[in-house]
Amino acid sequence: MKNISRLKDVLERGEFAVTGECGPPKGADPEIILEKAELLRGNVDALNVTDNQTAIVRMSSMVACGLLKTAGLDPVLQMVVRDRNRIALQSDILGASALGIRNVLCLSGDHQIFGNQPEALGVFDLDSIQFVQTVKTMRDEGTILGGDVLNKPPEVFIGAAANPFADPMDFRVIRLAKKIKAGADFIQTQCIYNLERFESWMAMARERGLTEKTFILGGVTPIKSAGMAKYMKNKVPGMDVPDEIIKRMEGVPKDKQREEGIRICVETIQRLKEIPGVKGVHIMAIEWEEAVGEIAERAGLLPRPVFNGK
Amino acid sequence: MITGEQKPIDEIREMIAPYKRILALGCGSCVAECASGGEKETAMLASLLRMAAKIKGEDVIIEEQTIDRQCVKEFVIQLDETIGRYDAVLSLGCGAGVQAVSAMFPEIPVIPALNTEFLGETKDQGIWVESCLGCGDCMLYHFGGICPLARCSKQILNGPCGGSIDGKCEVNPDIECAWQLIIDRLSKFGNLDRIENIYPPKDWSKKQGGGPRKIVREDQQK
Ligand code: SF4
Ligand code: SF4
Repeated sequence: MKNISRLKDVLERGEFAVTGECGPPKGADPEIILEKAELLRGNVDALNVTDNQTAIVRMSSMVACGLLKTAGLDPVLQMVVRDRNRIALQSDILGASALGIRNVLCLSGDHQIFGNQPEALGVFDLDSIQFVQTVKTMRDEGTILGGDVLNKPPEVFIGAAANPFADPMDFRVIRLAKKIKAGADFIQTQCIYNLERFESWMAMARERGLTEKTFILGGVTPIKSAGMAKYMKNKVPGMDVPDEIIKRMEGVPKDKQREEGIRICVETIQRLKEIPGVKGVHIMAIEWEEAVGEIAERAGLLPRPVFNGK
Repeated sequence: MITGEQKPIDEIREMIAPYKRILALGCGSCVAECASGGEKETAMLASLLRMAAKIKGEDVIIEEQTIDRQCVKEFVIQLDETIGRYDAVLSLGCGAGVQAVSAMFPEIPVIPALNTEFLGETKDQGIWVESCLGCGDCMLYHFGGICPLARCSKQILNGPCGGSIDGKCEVNPDIECAWQLIIDRLSKFGNLDRIENIYPPKDWSKKQGGGPRKIVREDQQK
């Protein structure tokens, strides 16, 4: 049985990829993450496991990924540079590979002030781009920072995040280029609600030839209510929710808002499929995992292709 | 300059409670500039403490004195004649000042009256901002004169992160995004190419590699 990344396999075969996301529990119960993951099985090719997201202490992302791997799923290990220095990051990459985890997403992480440990020391020894580069060198050159040789390099498909909606606008594509140069095999974007801005970002990426060098997966999140749309617009850093979306959500009665949220999400995916250079979609439905199957079905993403890797 | 702010009066009172003859010792340098430990602030704190003691009927003597620099031996030595009168020093110097005074006079406890905060600049009347971390290997040239270590909330050397909106930092809209400033400065001088390449991981050994740092300059030694 060859142990390779299912996500990589799907993307390299030129299929439109689908990834999902689930957050480990605020406790030590392994069943919770396995139950969430079951809701995604068959609807996605791989699923991201968040790393103490919004700086709230949860079960270790690596351990949760190990559980999912054992359950026969293809986890994407999210790793933030907020909590670990370069010694711990490199060590965890080796550990992840040893567990059979084949995808890693290298992130900065939400600042510790936003979570339930605001008194924590933020580490930020490497930044996310340096982290991507470090993992790539470990994998491709078999060396760690400083040049020491590994007796077995890690086997990981390397991902990074991109936010097309943050400022300064012109620099966003330069930063994407830097992430790709550092070694990002795939990119998952911030949630897309402002399709116009996303399209112009993609156009700039194509102009620089970046879409030939990496697999870009557009991020989507179904909105549950008009309240959630407003919250995301005003309170979540780096999120761009246009007024039309909020109006659309407000325009339907409360008990129909979930359906409207799913409809918006499905329409977004359909548009993303048409944009040259978009190679897949990343559906983030945290605490609403049961919506993913329906979204994937209605967006014409099912059934998922059969995995060739094993 | 090194900035600091006075500790809450109750915390100071608790720390000095065991002592009867106290010297409130100001410093005329950085902490005077940031209006927390200069001559004026020392006089104010001393009289506040005297008042509090009087109200509570405590029998203590609190006197004040300010020297030019608490962190330099030549100035600290000026206390030689007076210090014998006291059983504790309440220092309004920065953390370095507190320790320099206690190193010079090891027989007497030296209590900090300030919370020492950062290396910064006086931005405006009554406003001080952090601008340097003392990393031991200055990179300002590469970043248009804006320090990404002291001024980016996540110390990103290849920024900006995805939370930079309208020039503000995701951590707090009152904070300017250091990376917006870096990009603006570099583009102004046509040097944006300096950040097209990946900036390598920081060599932190220059800051904390060998434990506490020390500068030895033989040319300066007598
Ligand atoms: S790069 Fe280092 S020395 Fe230069 S301003 Fe920043 S922290 Fe200070
Ligand atoms: S918003 Fe700007 S200053 Fe704040 S963490 Fe991101 S890059 Fe750094």
